[in-house]
Amino acid sequence: MPLLNASGCLDALTAPEVARSLDAFVTKTVTPLPREGNPPPRIAETDDWMLNSIGLQNPGIDAWAEDSYPRLVELDAELWVSVGGFSAHDYALVCERLDDLKGVAAIELNLSCPNVDEAPETAAELTAGARAATAKPLYAKLSPQTSDIAEAARAVEAAGADGLSLVNTLRGLALDPHTLRPRLALGAGGASGPALRPIALACVHACARAVELPIVGMGGVAAGRDALDLVAAGATAVALGTILFADPHAPARIRAELESELRARGHSSAAEIRGIALGSAAPAEASSK
Amino acid sequence: MLAGRPARRELLAVKGTAQMGPYTLLRLERGGMEPGIPGQFFMLEAPGRILPRPMSLCLAPPGELAFLIDPIGAGTRALCGLRPGDAIHVLGPLGNGFDLDVERPLLVAGGIGIAPLPYLAERLGGDVPVLLGFRSDVHAEAARLLPDAEVVVEPRLVTELLPDDPGDVLACGPEPMLEALRELAPSSQLAWEAPMACGYGACYGCVVELSESYVRLCTYGPVLREGQTLDTSAGDDERATSE
Ligand SMILES: Cc1cc2nc3c(=O)[nH]c(=O)nc-3n(C[C@H](O)[C@H](O)[C@H](O)COP(=O)(O)OP(=O)(O)OC[C@H]3O[C@@H](n4cnc5c(N)ncnc54)[C@H](O)[C@@H]3O)c2cc1C
Ligand SMILES: Cc1cc2nc3c(=O)[nH]c(=O)nc-3n(C[C@H](O)[C@H](O)[C@H](O)COP(=O)(O)O)c2cc1C
Ligand code: FES
Repeated sequence: MPLLNASGCLDALTAPEVARSLDAFVTKTVTPLPREGNPPPRIAETDDWMLNSIGLQNPGIDAWAEDSYPRLVELDAELWVSVGGFSAHDYALVCERLDDLKGVAAIELNLSCPNVDEAPETAAELTAGARAATAKPLYAKLSPQTSDIAEAARAVEAAGADGLSLVNTLRGLALDPHTLRPRLALGAGGASGPALRPIALACVHACARAVELPIVGMGGVAAGRDALDLVAAGATAVALGTILFADPHAPARIRAELESELRARGHSSAAEIRGIALGSAAPAEASSK
Repeated sequence: MLAGRPARRELLAVKGTAQMGPYTLLRLERGGMEPGIPGQFFMLEAPGRILPRPMSLCLAPPGELAFLIDPIGAGTRALCGLRPGDAIHVLGPLGNGFDLDVERPLLVAGGIGIAPLPYLAERLGGDVPVLLGFRSDVHAEAARLLPDAEVVVEPRLVTELLPDDPGDVLACGPEPMLEALRELAPSSQLAWEAPMACGYGACYGCVVELSESYVRLCTYGPVLREGQTLDTSAGDDERATSE
């Protein structure tokens, strides 16, 4: 079962050995123009969540293609590029540039960053713009902050997405206990970490029912059991986000834990349990295995 | 976590703790960890919290790593509550420490900024002059880590002790103190702070503004020197990538 990092949660150039411990490295979101990102403080922790407001700091596609890309292909890890923007035209422009780069294995469309203003177009329109610009595999990354994520999944599938990445962060706010002002400079931010787990699981479950696409599941994965759950709900790959901040060695540990979770249930590979949770109730034979 | 020089992460047992006024000295078994260069830092697992917390190494006796911790929030309180028998994961050493190749070192700290100075003084060797400022007499109890230091308590400020020709200042403390030192002694090496989630360049959470651009303090600092200019070309904004 492929293990990736979640976009924005690893820099392969400062931690190449961590990137090499994954099956693919996903870049931080790249936009058409350089972005300074949001002012600090950009991170805060509550009892249950990590909040971030990075604001898609990135060098822009031109500088990325010139400086970062050649160094990333040298790392010898499969390379996925996360793409962001503010219009269908932005997404198409970045995808067109990436289409020429042989070392880019797949593109993930960040359709859902809570820390930047949203594009006026729908996720499906942004996906269609990207689809017209590249033949590379396109993964649409969706927000859990929606009333019907299965509907969004069907729409991006119809627009030409080859896969889904589920989920991005939820919007959250934390206040300083003394001043009662927001702890992040820009107020609210994206909430990630263990509390996102059941939400991510529900999203993967709903989308796996709705579409046939491969799904990269993510949201609060911190142990092999969490990865097992996502696969059971229909994920074909799993990505690690916030856990990498606490434990850069998490990929090897989680892989080993997943294997023993599978073995303990009498399975030899993740494929055997994929989507098992999509059945209506726990079948007796599965629970007695 | 620099290219070619990966930081280690190990589970380290708590050897003991000691109270220094409001601060706690947390003594951990060293395991296979390197103490690194003074001013470098470690990410300490804070029990019950999602993210680890950055801490400067305070003392490095044989077989031990010791950290001086100010309990200002949930994470630091959890660290101060550790007892022998507990163990936490520690990642490090991380970032860029002080340049020890200086002629006339003068160490300056305010409050919990004293944390990296005992190890720094030890590595510089000999009688290094030290100036310390604290908020109260209780906080000033931490000065026993550096018995020969000159100590002031508010309303007096540590910067008032600075001689006209301060030599090579190496300092750690609250931002207003560091800003003042930058004015008084522009060649100072200053250890800065920012909230950090990862400590190894992964999250872009710890940025500080330098020459009108945001750089990651965990890989570019935390110790910054005069004239540290930025190459703003993408990805090369961190010295860590070329080290
Ligand atoms: C390189 C480095 C070395 C450090 N060394 C030491 C040390 O040796 N001893 C020590 O006691 N502390 C040190 N700190 C500061 C320490 O990491 C923070 O106090 C700690 O992370 C706060 O966590 P908390 O959960 O207790 O508080 P939180 O609940 O996370 O925060 C409480 C308040 O402190 C602010 N805050 C959070 N993190 C930081 C930070 N890193 N710097 C400034 N303000 C912050 C928050 O915005 C909030 O207002 C160091 C920080 C850095 C970056
Ligand atoms: C600090 C930080 C930065 C992030 N940056 C991006 C980003 O640039 N693009 C993106 O699509 N998602 C970004 N995310 C979202 C993650 O990729 C992931 O979807 C989310 O954090 C949920 O996973 P987790 O709970 O395992 O962290 C970021 C998350 C964090 C915590
Ligand atoms: S603390 Fe994560 S990049 Fe510096």
